[in-house]
Amino acid sequence: MPAGVSLRDFYYLLPELVLTGGALLVLIADVLLPRRSGHALAWITLLVLAATLASLGTFSGTHEVAHGLIAVDEFALFFKVVFLVSAAVTVLMSVRYLEIEGASPGEYYFLILCATLGMMILAGGIDLITIFIGLETMAVSFYILVGFIKPNQKSNEAAVKYFLLGAFSLGILLYGMSLLYGLSGTTNLRVMAPVFFGPETRHDPRLILAVMLVVAGVGFKIAAVPFHMWAPDVYEGAPTPVTAFLSVGSKAASFAMILRIFLEGLPAMVHDWQILFEALAIVTMTVGNLAALTQTNLKRMLAYSSIAHAGYILIGLVAGTPRGVSAMLIYLFIYTFMQLGAFTVIVLMRRRDVVGDELKDFSGLHFRHPYAAFAMLLFMLSLGGIPPTAGFMGKFWLFSAAIDAHYYWLAVIGVLNSAVSLYYYIRLVVFMYLKKDATGSEPSTTPALTVALAIAVVATIYIGIYPRVLFEIAEASARTLGVVGITAALP
Amino acid sequence: MLLLIPLLPLVGFLLNASFGRRVSKPAAGAIACGAMIASFLVSLVSVFRLIALPADARAIAQQVFTWISSGDLAVAFTLRLDPLSAVMILVVTGIGSLIHIYSTAYMHEERDAEYARYFSYLNLFAAFMLVLVLGSNFLVLFVGWEGVGLCSYLLIGFWYEKKSASDAGKKAFIVNRIGDFGFILGVLLAFVHFGTLDFQEIARSSAALGPEAAFGTMSLITLLLFVGATGKSAQIPLYVWLPDAMEGPTPVSALIHAATMVTAGVYMIGRNAVLFSHAPQTLTIIAVVGVATALLAGTIGLVQNDIKRVLAYSTVSQLGYMFLAMGVGAYAAGIFHLYTHAFFKALLFLGSGAVIHALAGEQDLRRMGGLKKDLPITYWTFLIGALAISGVPLLSGFFSKDEILYRTYASGHTLLWIVGLLTSLLTAIYMFRIVFLAFHGHRAEPFADAQDRHARPPQSGSHEAAHAAHLHDAPPAMAIALVVLAVGSVAAGYVGLPQALGGSNRFEKFLEPSFTAADVRSTPDVPDDGAATEGLELGLMAVSTLVAVGGIGLAFFFFLANPRASDRVASQFPGLHRVLMHKYYVDEIYDAAIVQPIRIVSEDGLWKGLDVRVIDGAVNDVAGTVGGASALLRRLQTGSVRAYAASLFLGVVLILGYYLWR
Repeated sequence: MPAGVSLRDFYYLLPELVLTGGALLVLIADVLLPRRSGHALAWITLLVLAATLASLGTFSGTHEVAHGLIAVDEFALFFKVVFLVSAAVTVLMSVRYLEIEGASPGEYYFLILCATLGMMILAGGIDLITIFIGLETMAVSFYILVGFIKPNQKSNEAAVKYFLLGAFSLGILLYGMSLLYGLSGTTNLRVMAPVFFGPETRHDPRLILAVMLVVAGVGFKIAAVPFHMWAPDVYEGAPTPVTAFLSVGSKAASFAMILRIFLEGLPAMVHDWQILFEALAIVTMTVGNLAALTQTNLKRMLAYSSIAHAGYILIGLVAGTPRGVSAMLIYLFIYTFMQLGAFTVIVLMRRRDVVGDELKDFSGLHFRHPYAAFAMLLFMLSLGGIPPTAGFMGKFWLFSAAIDAHYYWLAVIGVLNSAVSLYYYIRLVVFMYLKKDATGSEPSTTPALTVALAIAVVATIYIGIYPRVLFEIAEASARTLGVVGITAALP
Repeated sequence: MLLLIPLLPLVGFLLNASFGRRVSKPAAGAIACGAMIASFLVSLVSVFRLIALPADARAIAQQVFTWISSGDLAVAFTLRLDPLSAVMILVVTGIGSLIHIYSTAYMHEERDAEYARYFSYLNLFAAFMLVLVLGSNFLVLFVGWEGVGLCSYLLIGFWYEKKSASDAGKKAFIVNRIGDFGFILGVLLAFVHFGTLDFQEIARSSAALGPEAAFGTMSLITLLLFVGATGKSAQIPLYVWLPDAMEGPTPVSALIHAATMVTAGVYMIGRNAVLFSHAPQTLTIIAVVGVATALLAGTIGLVQNDIKRVLAYSTVSQLGYMFLAMGVGAYAAGIFHLYTHAFFKALLFLGSGAVIHALAGEQDLRRMGGLKKDLPITYWTFLIGALAISGVPLLSGFFSKDEILYRTYASGHTLLWIVGLLTSLLTAIYMFRIVFLAFHGHRAEPFADAQDRHARPPQSGSHEAAHAAHLHDAPPAMAIALVVLAVGSVAAGYVGLPQALGGSNRFEKFLEPSFTAADVRSTPDVPDDGAATEGLELGLMAVSTLVAVGGIGLAFFFFLANPRASDRVASQFPGLHRVLMHKYYVDEIYDAAIVQPIRIVSEDGLWKGLDVRVIDGAVNDVAGTVGGASALLRRLQTGSVRAYAASLFLGVVLILGYYLWR
């Protein structure tokens, strides 16, 4: 055992250890179990996720473990729950999808678990090294997952694109990180923060360059404009459950990383990065929504919609107040369910001979499968921010946080954008409810998909009607981030 | 108790949405009507309990649960019944019930599933509308506000086979997005400014602040809220969606686009009367926009040939009156007109529906005529509605419209009063143009001919055959609704009989607590009820009576006694006539100035420019002929990935550029 690392550290890493062990278990089970045992593997994966979730509850409070490499606090806990739930829903979505595509389930579930592990490390990472490891664990898993359907050209092309651009953006991020290390002499964010507070360092052009490069690097991860070009192609090409997981889990993890790096590590530079993120938020919302307007492929539309949502969420970061940060957490939580739900309906449409992700596949869905259509209606309303769905609560809180922090124009642009976005969300509703077309695809359900859909529907309605618990938890989680220190640093 | 009022229609919606396709039409209709009538009865009981309370304590609140709670800030899902919402729920459930009953006959030719779908939307609409008027804070109101909008789009596009219907739904949706954009900003700003969304608390805080002398935060909040109202209640510049919304089934036009939803903007201002009173700048804007809309829509209504479109422009015009009342601070008068208008405008729409139903889908006034003989019930009830809306004395419209004009004059807005009076003249003319063209005179051509061209898709052939022989008057379910509404159109005004006519204006006194803050009395100045003002009021009444009768007379001259005269006038002012026929070219202007630029930017600019979409077709084509790997390589080498990487790099350069430039 290396010096300074005690058994206590391993205790606090229990969830990550459970998940790692579980991932290996899935690989072993894949070899031992007879072929065509996708269902059994899915069950094992779900059990691993459940065990990890249960192990999260074994300790409470705020801790720094392994020499300050990883923080175990409510903030990380909040995100870990999001990751595990979205991984579980993704697994439920995948069972039949993999059967139809004829892909081998063992490696698939293993990679899903690896990606989840990376996300969890990312959420707890308070050291640039940990953050890098978490980021790469997640990203490499996704590179493979995106190209998992080997005979599919689109899937392959998406994977190669994602990999090349991901590597390129990672280079930018790493360059920024190395500058941060060079200037502060530490990789630990919490040690780094006070170093930059001196009047000399704060205006050091090298530091500004570092901040800039980090912003660009993380901008790629959350698909902020102009670092978003990969997203539509990758989302469209990847297997639908992977797209869902990528757009939800990877995005949430990247936001956790952003909050850690900028609020814990770079509060001194708040004026420099705040204005950058403000510009990114505005451009991202606007371009995302405008480009989504004319899409006819649903996965591509949701890709642009997810770009736009990253823009909304950035508003909370720009506001920089505890309320802004808690609004980000709330929004990410809500976004997880509505986005996963929408993708579940798309998976529902997938049949052996029909891809089912074109707008026209949904025409008249209400007449063929009213429940699927209603669920989709709910997710579209929620994504568009119509009450009484959860999405409205999330947007309301984000925008009021912006006004509260005197970012009036940001709120105005946000509201304007969500007004525009409703157009393409409702267009799908029109297709489902007001068009009767026999050519549309016939959805078919399995128990797993029904459960996935039910989770998303219940969460979307429940949080819309009774968001109180989520709000309280998110606020408590945001508080552990040391946001209070940030606002004190503001003039 | 209060919760039951919106809950009952919601249950009706759930039942019809889940099982509607499996039950017969009478069952689906009974579920929907039963839910509405039950809701009406609960509303009646609640209102009686409200009236039993002492006048200054008339409010019943029910907190359903705490919605958001964050630090010192809490928003509860609370329903609150006060005199204003009492009026609204009675209108919504009462007239809603009648229109549901009417619909059972009007829609009976739809297929089972469609029939159930129609009623489920209608019930859902009622539930949201009741939430809207019962909500005790902006958030609850907004739930209803968006909900009724959604139902409205779905019902406008109900006959989705018709392209015009789905286009109209789309237009209503887009226009309302603009309004809601302002509305939500207003709500957010109010939330941050007052620290609460509760109507009572906002009223109290704004009353404590005193009226704003210059254009300040409260003026901005109220103006943004008013932008929302112009969208929902079809005022300049966002009125353009309402006439097109007539593509929906006629009972929907009566319920949503005349009696209830479109009045939500008026209600919202009434609900925040205290806040608006403290923003006099906004009030002036509201009054001017209201009266301008009334005049503009009235002139367009004069020359339209589609019976429902005339009624639609009439609705826009009457809503303008209500906003005029709000703008001059006569909140009670505005709500009074909202209430009487709900009766006679629902009646007029349902009457026009009976005509359209009898003529198998014909809506063109020029192809009607002489229907009085065949459709006596429809004729007499429609006539009562037309008299009421024209402001003929002793009918409900006279009292409410006159109250608005009197208050406008008394508050010193003489110019607005003159324009209001002119609009009143126009109202009488276009309404009696319908009466004379549709019910009197002679048929222009055989109806059988019209049916072929204008039959609605769902109409069955056997029905058409029946018409050739003779026309059916409204079937019982429709007739009941017409007669009850006709009685209402006559009698509804007597609850607000003005003092000048020996009444005591109980309606206004009943509503008063809703328009004042609990501790600060700040109602707008109303002239003393002395003999002098009574004389003034009687004088003004005489003037508006003359105007109404004069309008009917003009309509009689031009459209019945001397039909060629109207053509002559039209041909003498061809330019003016063309402008009115084309509704001042507003749709064309909006299309050229706003719609096309946006379309071009989004389709040509963004889609082709930003969304490169290289993954699409090209790969499929190539992959078919060449081997997969080489095709992939080729795609990668044609630059897409390099282009993307370049955009990444460009982003970095942009950020760098920003710092250098700074």
